[in-house]
Amino acid sequence: MAGIYIHIPFCKSKCSYCDFYSKTDFSQRKELIDCLIKEIHLQKNYIDENVETIYFGGGTPSVLSSDELERILSALEANFLIEEDAEITLEANPDDLTAEYLNALKLIKINRLSIGVQSFDNKQLKAINRRHSSEAALTAVEVSKNNGFNNISIDLIFGLPEQDLASWKEQVNKAMYLDIQHLSAYGLMYEEGTPLWRKMKKGEVVPVDDETSIAMYHYLVKTCVENGFEHYEISNFAKPDFRSRHNSAYWQEKTYLGIGPSAHSYNGISRQWNILSISQYCRKINQGETFYEKEILSLQDKYNDFVMVSLRTMDGINFEILQKRFGEKMYNHCLKSAEAFINNGKLAIDKNFLRLTIDGVMTSDQIIVELMYVS
Amino acid sequence: MKKIRNFCIIAHIDHGKSTLADRLLEFTETVSGKDLQAQVLDSMDLERERGITIKSHAIQMNYKYEGEEYILNLIDTPGHVDFSYEVSRSIAACEGALLIVDATQGIQAQTISNLYMAIEHDLEIIPIMNKMDVDSAMPEEVEDQIVELLGCKPEEIIRASGKTGMGINEILEAIVKRVPAPVGDPNAPLQALIFDSVFNSFRGIIAYFKIVNGTINKGDLVKFVATEKEYNADELGVLQLDMVPQETLSAGNVGYIISGIKTSKEVKVGDTITHVKRPCDKAISGFEEVKPMVFAGVYPIDAEDFEDLRTSLEKLQLNDASLTFEPESSVALGFGFRCGFLGMLHMEIIQERLDREFDMNVITTVPNVSYIVHTKKGEVMEVHNPAGLPDIMAIDVIEEPYIRASIITATDYIGQIMTLCLGKRGELVKQDYVSGNRVELIYDMPLGEIVFDFYDRLKSISKGYASFDYHMNGFRPSKLVKLDILLNGESVDALSSLIHFDNAVSLGRRMCEKLKELIPRQQFDIAIQAAIGSKIIARETIKALRKDVTAKCYGGDVSRKRKLLEKQKKGKKRMKQIGSVEVPQKAFLAVLKLD
Ligand SMILES: Nc1nc2c(ncn2[C@@H]2O[C@H](COP(=O)(O)OP(=O)(O)OP(=O)(O)O)[C@@H](O)[C@H]2O)c(=O)[nH]1
Ligand code: SF4
Ligand SMILES: [Mg+2]
Repeated sequence: MAGIYIHIPFCKSKCSYCDFYSKTDFSQRKELIDCLIKEIHLQKNYIDENVETIYFGGGTPSVLSSDELERILSALEANFLIEEDAEITLEANPDDLTAEYLNALKLIKINRLSIGVQSFDNKQLKAINRRHSSEAALTAVEVSKNNGFNNISIDLIFGLPEQDLASWKEQVNKAMYLDIQHLSAYGLMYEEGTPLWRKMKKGEVVPVDDETSIAMYHYLVKTCVENGFEHYEISNFAKPDFRSRHNSAYWQEKTYLGIGPSAHSYNGISRQWNILSISQYCRKINQGETFYEKEILSLQDKYNDFVMVSLRTMDGINFEILQKRFGEKMYNHCLKSAEAFINNGKLAIDKNFLRLTIDGVMTSDQIIVELMYVS
Repeated sequence: MKKIRNFCIIAHIDHGKSTLADRLLEFTETVSGKDLQAQVLDSMDLERERGITIKSHAIQMNYKYEGEEYILNLIDTPGHVDFSYEVSRSIAACEGALLIVDATQGIQAQTISNLYMAIEHDLEIIPIMNKMDVDSAMPEEVEDQIVELLGCKPEEIIRASGKTGMGINEILEAIVKRVPAPVGDPNAPLQALIFDSVFNSFRGIIAYFKIVNGTINKGDLVKFVATEKEYNADELGVLQLDMVPQETLSAGNVGYIISGIKTSKEVKVGDTITHVKRPCDKAISGFEEVKPMVFAGVYPIDAEDFEDLRTSLEKLQLNDASLTFEPESSVALGFGFRCGFLGMLHMEIIQERLDREFDMNVITTVPNVSYIVHTKKGEVMEVHNPAGLPDIMAIDVIEEPYIRASIITATDYIGQIMTLCLGKRGELVKQDYVSGNRVELIYDMPLGEIVFDFYDRLKSISKGYASFDYHMNGFRPSKLVKLDILLNGESVDALSSLIHFDNAVSLGRRMCEKLKELIPRQQFDIAIQAAIGSKIIARETIKALRKDVTAKCYGGDVSRKRKLLEKQKKGKKRMKQIGSVEVPQKAFLAVLKLD
């Protein structure tokens, strides 16, 4: 089973915290879509299994028309074996989700929406330069449901400027009323070079302190679980049977193919990532040059990836798989490195799994670093 | 012999010795176009990268003057005070010296100290004003300074530029005309002074010598007078850009000898080479042995590397006899070595060479000087390590080494420099005007105070317009205390230092602050304390790390995050676990970087 990711590097405006590769200039739109389709043809042999998930991410894929999306999907169908019940997700900006557009999406078999809500507070949205309003977000969810979408996810960000703990609680509670199937919630990162980062450097915004941020996360987890969500990954919550199958593939190290500028692919042997810039990507695709960088994974890389992605999931590291794939020595290294964290309650062993506790999640980078192996 | 000229190039640091040497090599066609890179004599990678000379370098040039062929033996010397012994050795092999003065800077502290060494050996001094091409050159002013210092005539000073080649022909001419040819009897018993030695991994030890009297032939059976060891002169030769073998060399010449010597300890620089069959009456008076000035513990990060570290230090010693080391152990750091260095730059260089030439990952502890401890029982001992200090109650007096320092600066900075020296327990001995608005301050100061960020602060308060030179000047009793640093209540012996009582509280406070900056946050709070005996004099806390979770792995970008975390992991591997606290390498030198 495999997944395909399509990167649409366009956004109508740039959010101030964003360091993803996306452009607000749409002039290369047509050229890019042509090249995406060319890349799909070029990569047809990358996957020799059935494709179980397709994910349009970005950027903001909902800036594409349903016709454009359909062209891409048909190219995929022509080159890969897509399962009948494949999960096909579109990341969307609330402003773009009109009834008409949603109807068209249904027709081209898009069956899952990931809506970038981020917050239900207009002041907070403005502070990070999101283009939509809180009202638009609520409407988008309603209209989507009314148009037959029953697998809807929303994104929220905690620790935004203008957001205190009380306000975050409100955001979580509002999300709970929406009757959605999935929620992703990330702590705000001040990425170097972004406008928001510059504001922080100038002292114009102050990041929330660690204590508040931890309290926000705790509230999130508690509330979601109380409302029937399963906390299945550090930042992801799902109603039963509604885990994101596509993202789970990343964590379970299934094969995935990334199409488009900056997209990543993995096939168990190597990882590769496409060139970042739209112009260069298109030029190389058109001229038949190599458009990606590739890294062949050593056993050590594979072990480190395994630790890293497994600990993202709340199930944690499956010892049985660890032993089978990496042998007794690495298993022992892992156990030994985990010991101190088990003792201080940041890691726990459940059955044959080593997982982060909620406390451990907060310092998970440090824990992963300990569990990693570098020779 | 009348056609030989032996000379060295001496100057304050960075005044352009090596660059001027490049021009001499170029003008005499010793080095041809393709080999001619900047500072060609600075052959070590480290020298090239840092743009400083660490070791003296000898090279022979041929020069035609008025129809006659001359052999010019040049020795380029380092300018940094840590390596001043290199200068004194080179001087012993020469009859003349080019004294270079940077025309933009004028006379500086090492100009004077190196000049005195040359005068002591009766060398003919040829003063050269260098960097004349630079706009900010002040030829009139600097000329006055040189005339005053040397008592020479202004016309004797050659104006030159190592950059443009200005004055180079004049310098070559002056070397022939003004530097005396060596004297000595080629038929007398052999007497050759070893002035340097280098290690070559294929050929073993190569000793550089100057023949004072007699003649040496390839294959001769020779004796090194001080070590009393006998060798066959397997190969003899002169030092051009490469070594050029010769059948015979006689009085006045500078050359090299390879005789199957494996370790640097067998060759004492300053020793005399003579023939076994027809020995000379007495050895040439050699050099004072170079003594290390500062000591620091050098520990492998990984305890398993202890033996490798020993091997690496031994190898370094082959090339650098001034490095000393003896095993020691530390509660915090395990097994390592107490190394003796000539100064802070030397220490830095050794640490860097260990890292890059031997891939040895080490922790260097706070350096200290050597102390003489008198116990109440009347014993006297030399202590190189604060941890090696006897119990306070058993100590009668501690004596610490003093230096006599010369600082040359513009009058504008005198006030601030005096404040700095006072803070370093300096006593002003005298104050002389060098010329115009430039002053030489002579201070007696504890050597231990120079080790702790003296040089950097001198440079910054004088905006670079102060130079500094020193020599040892005896021991004096001092009120010293041991300052301990505790991490989570555990004393870390590797962070202890011996300091003057009056400075203890402020230093303790600053060290705690610095360590707080340098030790990364960990899973728990870390208390940092400074203590004298059982009395805590300063305290800081590093709060536990509460949150370090990065955002999602965006779009399956696993590689980037893995690499980021692997990098952190490698950084951690370079840290030392002390109790439960992980301490980065650089924290052990924190005390040197207090601001
Ligand atoms: N403009 C100009 N720069 C020079 C001249 N001579 C040397 N320099 C520069 O001054 C710096 C120091 O030159 P070096 O020749 O390395 O000085 P040094 O005296 O050998 O230095 P140490 O061996 O470290 O004491 C280098 O950056 C040179 O390029 C000159 O005549 N003119
Ligand atoms: S919509 Fe997403 S990709 Fe586009 S600017 Fe905002 S955060 Fe970045
Ligand atoms: Mg030099």
